[in-house]
Amino acid sequence: METLETATRFAAALLLAPLLPGIVNRVKALFAGRKGRPTLQLYYDLAKLARKVPVYSRTTTWVFKAGPAAGLAAAVCALGVLPFGGRPGPLAFEGDFLFIIGLLAFSRFMTVLAALDTGSAFEGMGASREAQFAVFAEPALFLSLAALSRVTGEFSLAGMFLSLTPDSWRAAAPVLALVTAALFIVMLAENCRVPADDPDTHLELTMIHEVMVLDHGGPELAYVLYGASLKLWLFAALIAAAVLPRHSGSWLYDGAFFLAAMGGIAAAIGIAESAMARLRMLKVPYMLMGGLIFAALAMLFQTGR
Amino acid sequence: MNTFAELTIVLIILLNMAMSVSGSLASCIRLAAAQGVAAGLLPLMAAGGAHGRAVAFAAFIIALKGLVFPWLMLRARELTGARKEIDPLIGYPASITLCLAAFAASAWLGSRLPLPEGGVAYIVPASLATIFTGFLLITTRVKAITQVVGYLVVENGVYIFGLALFVEQPLMVEMAILLDVFVAVFVMGIAIFHISREFDHIDTDALSQLSDWRRGEEG
Amino acid sequence: MAVVLIVLPLLSGAAAFLLRDDAARRRLLLWTAWLHFLLTAGRILAYGRWGWAYSVAEGFRETPFWLPGAWEWFSFDAPGLLFLGVTSLLFLGAAHYAAAYLAEEKRDPGEKGENGFIFNNAPEAVFSGCLLFFLSAMTGVAAARHLGLLWAAVEATTLLSAPLIYFHRHKRSLEATWKYLLICSVGIALALMGNLFMGAAGLRGGAGLHLDGLLAGAEGLDSQLLKAAFIFLFVGYGTKMGLAPFHTWLPDAHSEAPAVVSALLSGALLNCAFLGVLRAAQVCGAAGLADFSGGILVLFGLASLVTAALFMLGQRDYKRMLAYSSIEHMGILAIGAGLGGRALYGALLGAVGHSLTKAGLFFASGLVLAAYRTKQIKDVKGLLRRSPAVAALWLAGFLLITGTPPSGIFLAKFVILKEAVADGRWAVAGVYLFFLAVVFAAMAKIFIETTFGEPAQEPERRFEPPRAMVRPALFFFVLVAALGLRVPSWLDAVLNLAAGAIGGAR
Repeated sequence: METLETATRFAAALLLAPLLPGIVNRVKALFAGRKGRPTLQLYYDLAKLARKVPVYSRTTTWVFKAGPAAGLAAAVCALGVLPFGGRPGPLAFEGDFLFIIGLLAFSRFMTVLAALDTGSAFEGMGASREAQFAVFAEPALFLSLAALSRVTGEFSLAGMFLSLTPDSWRAAAPVLALVTAALFIVMLAENCRVPADDPDTHLELTMIHEVMVLDHGGPELAYVLYGASLKLWLFAALIAAAVLPRHSGSWLYDGAFFLAAMGGIAAAIGIAESAMARLRMLKVPYMLMGGLIFAALAMLFQTGR
Repeated sequence: MNTFAELTIVLIILLNMAMSVSGSLASCIRLAAAQGVAAGLLPLMAAGGAHGRAVAFAAFIIALKGLVFPWLMLRARELTGARKEIDPLIGYPASITLCLAAFAASAWLGSRLPLPEGGVAYIVPASLATIFTGFLLITTRVKAITQVVGYLVVENGVYIFGLALFVEQPLMVEMAILLDVFVAVFVMGIAIFHISREFDHIDTDALSQLSDWRRGEEG
Repeated sequence: MAVVLIVLPLLSGAAAFLLRDDAARRRLLLWTAWLHFLLTAGRILAYGRWGWAYSVAEGFRETPFWLPGAWEWFSFDAPGLLFLGVTSLLFLGAAHYAAAYLAEEKRDPGEKGENGFIFNNAPEAVFSGCLLFFLSAMTGVAAARHLGLLWAAVEATTLLSAPLIYFHRHKRSLEATWKYLLICSVGIALALMGNLFMGAAGLRGGAGLHLDGLLAGAEGLDSQLLKAAFIFLFVGYGTKMGLAPFHTWLPDAHSEAPAVVSALLSGALLNCAFLGVLRAAQVCGAAGLADFSGGILVLFGLASLVTAALFMLGQRDYKRMLAYSSIEHMGILAIGAGLGGRALYGALLGAVGHSLTKAGLFFASGLVLAAYRTKQIKDVKGLLRRSPAVAALWLAGFLLITGTPPSGIFLAKFVILKEAVADGRWAVAGVYLFFLAVVFAAMAKIFIETTFGEPAQEPERRFEPPRAMVRPALFFFVLVAALGLRVPSWLDAVLNLAAGAIGGAR
């Protein structure tokens, strides 16, 4: 029964991840007064891309083919560690939050390598920007998760999120508020959202994340898009668990609440994207530094307790 | 109630960080005003509660720091036509890093000092960090208005420090202190106006003619 | 009585702003100065000579029957009376000088800058009004019994003297005013931190910030917090006092202000800040931390002395030189206060002597400025031939301020030296003597050059200073010389009481 529940949860996460970008786009369209794309658009796109035949440039090597696959593999593994609705994922273990950070770094590394492998100036530019932002985003993510770990005293993500209750908010409100803010900023930056990066732009000079995967097509593009939606799910799950801790006995009820929270966070991203303009490229490091400062403050607040 | 007090302390610290990287004069003035209002609300939130005299005094402080001071400064800004701050002498990233380091140092210092243990955590480090941010604004910024904002931030920090130490001053003394700060801001505003009229700008790095270090020039 | 002395100049100042007629305003200034001085002199004589109801242990506190609560906030003890007396006397001289000065300024505005620009002056009403408010604030500092009120009064003196510095409206005085405002206000904000630490130190005993409460409960004060309090109060009030390394505003402000304002700043305001430091040392002494506070005072006093001496060598502006001389003397006072015992008596005597002499010197410098229209030393030569009266004052001031006997300042410096040697602090005494000699050499060079040198071009007609501007300086110099010959008994009594009150048992 335990295995069945875990498998169901894992499968649900894998299946529902592409819904999140759809919700974000719907909310943006609502704000703009448009009808917008269908919420299930990403599913249709993935299905269409899976049927296509990939085309490879002659300047690329095996690295170019490996990039998307490695990224997808890392994302799926990270999702395996992630708790769903307060219950541990199938791959959970002590210290797994470091494992997740490592997996994200690995996927970023493979994407950057694949981008550089094409030999194109645009992808190289996108790769360098991505690496620059990672300098701030990764410490911010690390410090936030470390602060959460110190608040709860647990070293496994599942343990952390299981021990977070509404009482924790009363006791450690500043730390949790700062961690939430930091995670939100990192999520906006890592998942290619305004104000760090505009997902709808068609000008290569202004792209950061899309330009790295400009030359992928067919199934590989499907891997990239799906992996991106899994990454979004990952970050949204971290925030959902930190902000809305809720545990009742029934896993069905918890799961439903968790899914509702994920939808709410996707809507929040949509609102944030509609309310803000994209920052100048020079200012994005400042935004990330802000996230880093929030996370550092959370750590400082936590160490003093 | 303590939770709200702690969140206010976090807000005060975040306002310090924001001020250290703020480039626009108007936003600096408003951030300092917000910090003053937050500091004024603090005594109402900590354990000790909201009795009559405290509420009246808090209302007075909020009116003074949230309305009067920003109005004086924004008026000075309009009269002098200054808009944006020039890059600070040490650069924005260095400013915010210093601010963060100051908070860490204040947290360490606060644990070393034999101060009375209050209910609200981090109020002493927050106050010391605010004082340091004020000093940072005064020493590394060029426009005169930002230096006055720095002075106001130092006063905010000292006020929060007083709250942390539970030092109850008689009403007359508190009023005298506030009156002094008000007159100080007023006089400084007038001085800024004169500076802008005399120099056509309010960059204080032009105010460096009087010096004993320059040889071979007329003093 | 204290409240009367504070309110009187306050009302006069308000009236000065409202009066339209310049002559009437100057008369108001003079009358207020005389009234204030007579009341103060009467009070001091009553205290020192006739022992009007005082006790050596607590000093004297009066209770005016018509203001029942007032005695808690404002009343006089020996140190307060001493500094009040100096301030009042100084203000009297300054009022006379100012009346004549303002009349002159109306006719002929003064110095032309190097670029030949003419500046305008602030309205006279602002000047006179702020002068009177300034007197009120300084009286408040001398009379305050609550450390919080002392703080507020010191900050008030900063704010009220800023418009006075900016009387001649040009770039340099604006720069000086801005630096003065900002540095002193920030310093005084630190002094407020010191007040808070002091309040926290007394939390267990419930002493609050009232000076009498603190002194009475001194044993119960937490010594760590008291040390932190002293450090902050010292930095804050030391900035106002002009101790190195917080002195950077002083040369600019004292040299750019008009002579009468410089005299008041150097003579009265620095003393007020010194009183603030002394109050902090008083509490520390009562709590048994006299060695700690004394050490800090001596250290920064020596630093000020050294800094002033070094900057005086090769100084190009004679008013800046006088400002550095103020820094030097404040350093000496700090050394005296730090050494304690008889040296404290010397420091207080030195405060009296320095105030009068420096005021006279600034008055004389104002006359030199009027004669030569420049503050650069290299342009001022042959004062003796240009104006013998001013030259006589100038030289007399030089001799008195450097401590050439008979000078009250000589007595003060000698007492401090004696105490340093008696205490066995050879290093302090050595550095003290050496840098006093350096200061003497630097000042001698400047004064002799200006007085006896050959002017570059043919001297113009003789400069006749207005009598009213010469008399105050002359009067002050005579007083200081007399002080050097014999300290009158009532003054001696007040000085002893003050030193006893501050130093506690040593």
